[in-house]
Amino acid sequence: MEESIQLQVSGLKKKFGAETVLNGIDLDVHKGEVVVVLGPSGCGKSTLLRCMNGLEAPTEGIICLDGAAITSGGKNITKQRQKIGMVFQSYDLFPHKNILDNITLAPVKVQKRAKGEVEQQAEKLLKRVGLWEKRKAYPRELSGGQKQRVAIVRALCMNPEVMLFDEVTAALDPEMVREVLDVMLELAGQGMTMVIVTHEMQFARAIADRILFLDGGGIVEEAPPEQFFTNPKTQRAKDFLQTFTYEKRNKIPSEIESFERRN
Amino acid sequence: MPDSGINVLFLGKNFLRLLEGLWVTMRISLIAVILSIPLGILFGMFMTLKNPITRTLSRVYLEFIRIMPQLVLLFIAYFGVTRAFGWNLSAELSAVLVFTLWGTAEMGDLVRGALISIPKHQYDSAAALGMTKAQTFVFIIVPQTMRRLIPLTINLTTRMIKTTSLVVLIGITEVLKVGKQIIDANRFDYPTAALWVYGVIFALYFLACWPISSLAKKLEQRWR
Ligand SMILES: Nc1ncnc2c1ncn2[C@@H]1O[C@H](COP(=O)(O)OP(=O)(O)OP(=O)(O)O)[C@@H](O)[C@H]1O
Ligand SMILES: [Mg+2]
Repeated sequence: MEESIQLQVSGLKKKFGAETVLNGIDLDVHKGEVVVVLGPSGCGKSTLLRCMNGLEAPTEGIICLDGAAITSGGKNITKQRQKIGMVFQSYDLFPHKNILDNITLAPVKVQKRAKGEVEQQAEKLLKRVGLWEKRKAYPRELSGGQKQRVAIVRALCMNPEVMLFDEVTAALDPEMVREVLDVMLELAGQGMTMVIVTHEMQFARAIADRILFLDGGGIVEEAPPEQFFTNPKTQRAKDFLQTFTYEKRNKIPSEIESFERRN
Repeated sequence: MPDSGINVLFLGKNFLRLLEGLWVTMRISLIAVILSIPLGILFGMFMTLKNPITRTLSRVYLEFIRIMPQLVLLFIAYFGVTRAFGWNLSAELSAVLVFTLWGTAEMGDLVRGALISIPKHQYDSAAALGMTKAQTFVFIIVPQTMRRLIPLTINLTTRMIKTTSLVVLIGITEVLKVGKQIIDANRFDYPTAALWVYGVIFALYFLACWPISSLAKKLEQRWR
């Protein structure tokens, strides 16, 4: 298995000023594996992803892609970021470019690929997510769900080896969540290596090969999804999962009576 | 002879003189605008530096220019500097100097505002696509900044054109001054001349500024 490790995080610590956000994270992501990171708000999930492609510099520890260390800053980092696609929670398309130009900009300017070839690939990807008709539209003309699908296509058009998703559906209206998650499910099915942060528990359970539960700056629990969701080992994971379940409360009899009388 | 003040405009070269007066105003403001835009862009970028020293310096400059009435700046440049340093600045050169200093400060503040209004995630997503700082600036930041800036710059230009009428107070014969001369010279023959002359000046200012500000509106709507 050793050689199939694609992304390796070892001893990662991250401090913002005096606040320690990540306190020693070790994680190996294998080729084709889908790792879903769960955890309460503010536990450092975004920070972990941002460290993985050098948007934040680790305070301590090393992150390697294909065995080569990712060091934020320096010339090397832009090369490595081309192999790591990232999609954020906020809709982050470039508002001054149409959909096709949003997608082709980096492959053409950064990877110096031929415009025609890139456009072909972009159109093919857009067809796959059902947005080919929108290729000449501007981001402001798209719904949130459509924007996120374009953001995914934009990252994919760089032909990355790993994709990072940071709560890409958190800002969406409920009816648009599905269309974005479906794209991610399809991607996982094709064997893309993915690290996903999400609050969609059903989705996490369906897509994950492995769940990572983060709390208090460390990995509290690491398990296959079925085990994590049906039989979590740690109390903190149990408490966390509890916040996603709702118990039906019994109505007070007098209320039911008055309800029945009214109807 | 009945008083038909409108005739004043056609006496001798009066109308031409008014146009020449307007040209003086336009010349001063246009030179100042043309200098202010590149200088203001540099100043605006300078203002976004995180260094506390450059921050304070640019803050002080901006506040100084803002607090001082333009008239006071004009007097300082024309009367003060000439006396204090023995430089012999012509009135027009002092005016260009003051309006450029003012325009640079205002333009700089617009540029700074446009630059910091670009959300952080635009930088992040460009970086995540492997763009260098320079590529991000050229392909992402500058085009978005320009869109915000063009209408604002045009508004600043019309403000500068209008404010240039102050130069009359350091002795430059611009359009208002010419108007006053014409009115004074014809005070007895045409008592209502003032109405006509100022009416024409109003129309001239309108003709100079209106196309510029309506262009601004159009661009603003297009790029909303
Ligand atoms: N640039 C920064 N400067 C200072 N503190 C930061 C910065 N980024 C994140 N933090 C802090 O680090 C902690 C973890 O933030 P992070 O965004 O990684 O959490 P998260 O798990 O993604 O939370 P959420 O589920 O709300 O997105 C928070 O307390 C946050 O305030
Ligand atoms: Mg987050």
